[in-house]
Amino acid sequence: MVPISYYLGLSAALFICGIAGFLLKRNIITIFMSIELMLNAVNLSFVAFAAQLHNLAGQVFVFFVMVVAAAEAAVGLAIIIAVYRTRNTLNVDQVDLLKL
Amino acid sequence: MELVLFWVFAAICIGGAINLLAQKHPINSALSLVVVMASLAVEYLLLGAEFVAAVQVIIYAGAIMVLFIFVIMLLNAGEEPHGGKTSLVAKLVGLPALGILAVMLVWALTAQAGGSVAVAGAEPGPPQVIARLLFNDFLLPFEVTSVLVLIAIMGAVVLAAPLQPHHAAKILAAQAGEGGQS
Repeated sequence: MVPISYYLGLSAALFICGIAGFLLKRNIITIFMSIELMLNAVNLSFVAFAAQLHNLAGQVFVFFVMVVAAAEAAVGLAIIIAVYRTRNTLNVDQVDLLKL
Repeated sequence: MELVLFWVFAAICIGGAINLLAQKHPINSALSLVVVMASLAVEYLLLGAEFVAAVQVIIYAGAIMVLFIFVIMLLNAGEEPHGGKTSLVAKLVGLPALGILAVMLVWALTAQAGGSVAVAGAEPGPPQVIARLLFNDFLLPFEVTSVLVLIAIMGAVVLAAPLQPHHAAKILAAQAGEGGQS
């Protein structure tokens, strides 16, 4: 049997890794993967609370989070492709102008 | 037994997340993200959420990561160039701030559960029960998500579609102008 605080600690650690990647990395695809990591961390705490409170609504919410993450990944990667096509770079430091 | 499994897969999970940060090449980061997601699926199984574990493997580790890897290969993304201009102030302020944030987040999450000694695990969430919940209580959100996915598909197609000729000419002219200036 695992205390729920362990799961929440793991979730917090993953979320911190996601924030660190979001802030430190310079490749736009890696930044995007850090966002997915943060979403996963939140999902883990949803499932942990669902198990603790014996309420399956938490698992349904995880399902919705996954659908939103999938939609976000599709649109975000399309935006990345469009950015790469016009600027020929994936480095966020070089994508700093709205105008071409 | 459960505790051992938890620690083993938690270690794999954190290791994968740190490897994601440490790797320079995006494809290595993507593969370590797959490791994180697969070990999270095991954690879900330990929590008795079989449906979520299966969906995690199929949708996250399967569909979404394949999309990422396709894009990485399509754009021929190479190693991250070493950015020489990371400012000292950002490091001096940012890293302690990150540490403080980490401590606060862990504290907030674990304090939330501190009062109750309730133990997670073993309560099974069979897919039938989740389906009944999803299609009765959460029917409206479910339908809204389907509209969201439809919009996302159309948006992705529009954004990733080949450029119109006159736009392409404009971009080429702009790039030529930049080249001329520099």
